[in-house]
Amino acid sequence: MKIQIKVNGKIKTFEVEPDEYLVDTLRKHHYYSVKKGCDTSSCGVCTVLLDGKPIASCSYLSVKANGHAVTTVEAIEEEATYLAELFGKEGADQCGFCNPGLALTVYAMKKELANPTDEDIRDYLVGNLCRCSGYVSQHRAIKAYMEVRKL
Amino acid sequence: MKCVNHNTGSIDGKGLMLGRSAYTNDLADPNALTVKVLRSPHPHAKIRNIDIRKALLLEGVECVLTYKDFKRIPVTRAGQGYPEPSPHDKFVLDSVVRYVGDDVAIVAAETEAIASRALELIHVDYEILEPILDFEKAYENESIIHPEPEIHEMFPIGFEPQKNVAASYHMEIGSVDEILKHCDVTVSTSHYTQAQAHVMMEPHTANARLDFQDRLVIYSSTQTPFHARRIVSQALEIPMSRIRVIKPRIGGGFGGKQCLHGEFFVAAVTLKTKKPCKLVYTRKEVFESSYSRHPMRIDVTLGSTKDGKLKALDVKVLSDTGAYGEHALTVFMVAGAKTLPLYNKVEAVRFGGRVVYTNHTPGGAFRGYGAIQGNFAVESAVDQLCEKLGMDPIKFRQNNMIAEGETSPVFAKMGEGTEGTAMNMDSCKLDYCVNRGMELIGWKDKYPRKTISKTKVRSVGMCLAMQGSGIPYIDMGSAIIKLNDTGFYNLMVGATDIGQGSDTILAQIAAESLKTTIDKIIVYSSDSDLTPFDTGAYASSTTYVSGNAVKKAADQMLEMIVEEGAKALKVRPEDIHFDGDVLTVKETDTSMTLESLSNRLFYNEDQKQLVATHSYVGTKSPPPFMAGFAEVEVDLETGAFKVLDYVAVVDCGTTINPSLAKVQVEGGILQGLGMAMFEEVIYNKNGSLITNNLMNYRIPTRKEVTNIRVEFADSYEASGPYGAKSVGEIGIDTPPAVIANAIYNAIGVRINSLPITSEKVWAAIHSKEI
Repeated sequence: MKIQIKVNGKIKTFEVEPDEYLVDTLRKHHYYSVKKGCDTSSCGVCTVLLDGKPIASCSYLSVKANGHAVTTVEAIEEEATYLAELFGKEGADQCGFCNPGLALTVYAMKKELANPTDEDIRDYLVGNLCRCSGYVSQHRAIKAYMEVRKL
Repeated sequence: MKCVNHNTGSIDGKGLMLGRSAYTNDLADPNALTVKVLRSPHPHAKIRNIDIRKALLLEGVECVLTYKDFKRIPVTRAGQGYPEPSPHDKFVLDSVVRYVGDDVAIVAAETEAIASRALELIHVDYEILEPILDFEKAYENESIIHPEPEIHEMFPIGFEPQKNVAASYHMEIGSVDEILKHCDVTVSTSHYTQAQAHVMMEPHTANARLDFQDRLVIYSSTQTPFHARRIVSQALEIPMSRIRVIKPRIGGGFGGKQCLHGEFFVAAVTLKTKKPCKLVYTRKEVFESSYSRHPMRIDVTLGSTKDGKLKALDVKVLSDTGAYGEHALTVFMVAGAKTLPLYNKVEAVRFGGRVVYTNHTPGGAFRGYGAIQGNFAVESAVDQLCEKLGMDPIKFRQNNMIAEGETSPVFAKMGEGTEGTAMNMDSCKLDYCVNRGMELIGWKDKYPRKTISKTKVRSVGMCLAMQGSGIPYIDMGSAIIKLNDTGFYNLMVGATDIGQGSDTILAQIAAESLKTTIDKIIVYSSDSDLTPFDTGAYASSTTYVSGNAVKKAADQMLEMIVEEGAKALKVRPEDIHFDGDVLTVKETDTSMTLESLSNRLFYNEDQKQLVATHSYVGTKSPPPFMAGFAEVEVDLETGAFKVLDYVAVVDCGTTINPSLAKVQVEGGILQGLGMAMFEEVIYNKNGSLITNNLMNYRIPTRKEVTNIRVEFADSYEASGPYGAKSVGEIGIDTPPAVIANAIYNAIGVRINSLPITSEKVWAAIHSKEI
């Protein structure tokens, strides 16, 4: 079946199966920043923004996204670049597989929470798993980002 | 130093954050066939008959392969030196399946949906065999997991498959029994460590294609691309010269990708169909059908004088390698080799045991590689000895631990599968690590315990750890550096960046030697056609072994530049001063930039390509050391406990990139805390994995332990590149013993089996078995 999704500001028409997940539709059309990690919406590497809100695209049917706006990390290049620099300073980038999904969630958090505490940040990002960093370096970088890039 | 010991930022962090195509799955041919594997539902069975006709008739199915399509060539999938210390006990596909999830058949189809449907159409008639699901019952069990006649060891490893033994080993220095007789105090303890899953974020992935020279090109999420090329060549009888293995960016490994998992299958499909294909493991397959950490039972006996001089150390191990013997011998030996030398003043030391087969998912390489298991046992036992002695566990360690300038006879005796290498500890700041760690955690105020309320008690625990820096005389790394016009460099290394940042730190080492900045060093790593050899990312080898190779190649390039500059400026090389940008004739104003020299070398006069290359193989493996400390708060009512603070003070020599080194340790600690506190691979009574997804197998999120503090000792290892030792594994080793010791110090309850869950603590408080 045919669906229309506004991906990163551009309207795209996709031919999808009724049981197809958004992550597969996006990867099939070369949005490789959207990763596949766990198949059970547990790890967060498939995160995209649906109308600005983070969702796990591995468990979101493509047909449900029909008529909605999807944002991948490519559309927030400037913000992600800032975050990457801060990650680099802390050595937090590591394998990088979870980073595009995390960047989108951090971006959404910045829009949603004004002055988050350490606990608020951890709560917001708890669904984005990372096995490399132990999170503490990420946390230092994300706190700095929230400070520097206040809206 | 301008580059080394600086936080330069990583060379690839931005591109990866922005989601650029980088990983194996991103780089598959867009028209690649989807490969899927039919997996065994039984822990031990023989395939009586396998009917693939219906699957082959399904539209879109390109091929179905079973054991009948493969010659019986036993190999090991473990990526290790050659000949491997792992037994050759695995066939690409076999008529016997040995664990739930074992490979039965391979399907390649036009789409994933068709491949999945085809798997359902394969009919397999199994004859159920008796499984062995308890590793303590495997030895000499009536059921034999590997009776097949073709399998073999590559050199003596104590391989006795008729007894279900994959490997065994025994060594003794002095007479442990004699010394123990004369000890004032002895303790004997038994410890159990569980299987742990790696849970790297990127699932195992491989893709294959034939290139225009009709050569097989495999992209793989491997930690060992050169071993992968060799083993695919052996298993499928393709000349190695016809295979190219490319390791793109890897989404984490932790040892889980030090083994071939999909390479055989994509290679076989592409050779059969002549079409590109790809195989991406589902998370279930990653859990069920790759491998996990070897579970062990470790029995420790310690003997000391009454004033706390440790005299005898005896460690006996039973390790469970599951269905195949990948890394069986070496992981088991490291349980001794990387713990026993910590206490080098003993008069006798013994280590031995065996690794047995069971019908579980195989064991394999996992960060720590036996050291975390051995450390939990020995460092828990040391605290138990101190308790009996009535002695402070830190004072006891300070009196008995290894120190700079000293050695241990264990180094010469035990290597990884072979004899070891004698070495002195030219850099060992354990004494500093212990003292500084005590300060940071606030040991003096918090030991032995503090009562916070009626139900809450706090205390601290600690332990020591050591790892290695590659395997001496075995692990080899090499590097090629070439100069380009305008004066920047390509650095080509076989070393395998799996996310730990090795591309960045190797660029830093090269830039330091070439007196330039890392933006002038373009790194390309791990492509069997284009980069020089490297054994791969394992055994904490990259910084020390590959780093030394890079430094030597860069030093050589610097000499070549000076020599060519001298020719151009018509002076002797010793008259040239080179600052990385400009070559100046000493005590004159005559100079030439590197940019004009390199342009001249390419286009104008005396034209040539400058290329420097070097290899390095260690003659020793200088251990990084660390002292780990934790403060815990235990709830006496529920047994729940929290880690309030974790402190690590590490001696890894010079940190090439302090931030990246720190995160190696921080990440290792949290992964170790996962193993210490709750991670556990669990099977049901039929041998099926229960923890086969991220909902049943929980890894630490960013909420469990938020206070991890890492510091480095001021240390310099003269044999390492710019004084560095390796740091990839040491961080994971301490949490199990530290948590066990801290819980004991808090509430007097000793947990000797991992993970140390709230339930176990509660049951121990109430003296109940769980």
